[in-house]
Amino acid sequence: MKTAVIVFPGSNCDRDMAVALEQVTGRAPAMVWHRDTDLPDGTDFIALPGGFSYGDYLRSGAMAARSPILRSVADAAAGGVPVLGVCNGFQVLTEAQLLPGALMRNAGLNFVCRTVPLKVENSQSLFTASYNAGEEINIPVAHHDGNYFADAATLDRIEGEGRVAFRYADSVNGSARDIAGVLNDAGNVLGMMPHPERAIDRAHGGTDGLRLFEAALGVLA
Amino acid sequence: MKVNVYVTLKPGVLDPQGKAIHHALEGLGFGGVADVRAGRFIELDVADGTSDADLDAMCAKLLANTVIENYRIERP
Repeated sequence: MKTAVIVFPGSNCDRDMAVALEQVTGRAPAMVWHRDTDLPDGTDFIALPGGFSYGDYLRSGAMAARSPILRSVADAAAGGVPVLGVCNGFQVLTEAQLLPGALMRNAGLNFVCRTVPLKVENSQSLFTASYNAGEEINIPVAHHDGNYFADAATLDRIEGEGRVAFRYADSVNGSARDIAGVLNDAGNVLGMMPHPERAIDRAHGGTDGLRLFEAALGVLA
Repeated sequence: MKVNVYVTLKPGVLDPQGKAIHHALEGLGFGGVADVRAGRFIELDVADGTSDADLDAMCAKLLANTVIENYRIERP
């Protein structure tokens, strides 16, 4: 399994993501700089990490979504390569229009940093096959702009198509319909505000995030 | 040529920042403010003769996120 982590100026969860990928695959990911134009040959899993790419200038994820490497990420996604965007990575994926909707300032205006319960809505996707539908898992969040927004027709459509992967069990940031994670129509791109890479070791207080990587990287326990 | 771009949240999109500003105004004793919506003002210095279509594309592709925002271009 050849994995890659895209690193933007201002990414700060790229190393956590690399630790998670290496722990599951046994092989360190390629760390790909945002100004690179190509992914390493044979990349078969791409992660966009959390952080504050480009200082959140203009809008969270807006500049990163227009960076040179994102064209290659979009091409890979179109070719079926799994792409996981966490936190700022989710913001980048919506800004790049690889996922529907937008992530706005939290409704309560506060930065939210704590472990929250999530409800697994779709347990059939390549990222969530290790969970049971309706299962509650605990994953940390740490964000200021996690308030998911899409118009009612889009929300109805993605719900109807089973593209809501996770919902917050309790309201966390004002997200429409408490949506915490969204899949693209092909099911190979997942964006989520909670950080699964921060829940892969007992020392983290839980390992619910590990199962996402095990499913997505094809090493189901 | 200076061009002004105003980016505003679409009607109906919750604006927590505007709400906070509204509360702060009330806290300062300014009554009679019905609502506050915060937006973004961007000043571009572009080549003379830049077309409307190019300016529009700049807004649609980067300056505004049209999922949540509207934009207005003001030429001199």
